[in-house]
Amino acid sequence: MDIEVLGTGCAKCKKLEENVRNAVAELGIEATVTKVEDITKIMEHGVMNTPGVVIDGVVRSEGRIPSQQEIRSWLQGK
Amino acid sequence: MAARKVSYKTQLEEIRRMRIDMAENCLCNGVKTLICVCSGASNVGQISNKAAMVFGEEGTGRFFCLAGIGGNIARMVDTARDEEMRVVIDGCPTGCGKATLERAGVKADVHVVVTDLGVKKQHNFNFTDEEVSQVVAKVKESLQS
Repeated sequence: MDIEVLGTGCAKCKKLEENVRNAVAELGIEATVTKVEDITKIMEHGVMNTPGVVIDGVVRSEGRIPSQQEIRSWLQGK
Repeated sequence: MAARKVSYKTQLEEIRRMRIDMAENCLCNGVKTLICVCSGASNVGQISNKAAMVFGEEGTGRFFCLAGIGGNIARMVDTARDEEMRVVIDGCPTGCGKATLERAGVKADVHVVVTDLGVKKQHNFNFTDEEVSQVVAKVKESLQS
C-alpha cells in the first residue's frame, strides 16, 4: 500500500503525517508513507487545499487533518 | 448554479498565485484549530487571553474555554481531543494551560509561552497591542513551521 501525505511542511501537515504513521503502526500493515512537499506533485493530484492524504492513488481527504481512527478505517478498507 | 466561466489566462494566473502562496506559506488554512489560553491573573496571562480573542475575530482559530477542560466537563474534553489542531498559549513557564490539557489526556500541537518572547511577568493587567501582536505572530509562525 502506498500512502502519500500532501503538504509543503507546516505543523498541520506534520501532524497529519504523524497520524498516518501511527495508524499504520497500530494496524501493523505493510505500507510506504511518503511526504509530498513539491507543489507541482501536490497539484497533480488535483488537491488545492492541503494537508491531504492519497492512498494507492486515490485522494481520501484534503484541507483537513483526519483522525487516526478515520485513517485506520481507510487502511482497513471500511 | 451556473458554472463560472474562467479564461485560460485567468486559470494560469490563479495557479501561479497558488504556487507563490504555497512556496511562501503552507496552504493548510482550512484546518480546524482550537485556541486554549491560561488567561492568568497577570499581564502575560491577559496577553494570552487577548491573543486568543484576536484569533477568534480573525477566524483563524476557535477560542476554547480551558476552564471546561480543567473542570473535566466530558463534552468539552471530547471536543478538545477531537479537534484537528490544538494551540495552547501560556503566560509564563508554569504552563498551566498545557498542564490542564495534558491532565485531560489532550496533547497540545503548538505551545507558546508569552514570557519566552521577552515580556516580563507582572502582577498587573497592563499590556500593549504590540505585545499581543508579537504573540499572535509567534503562534502563526509555529503553525507554519
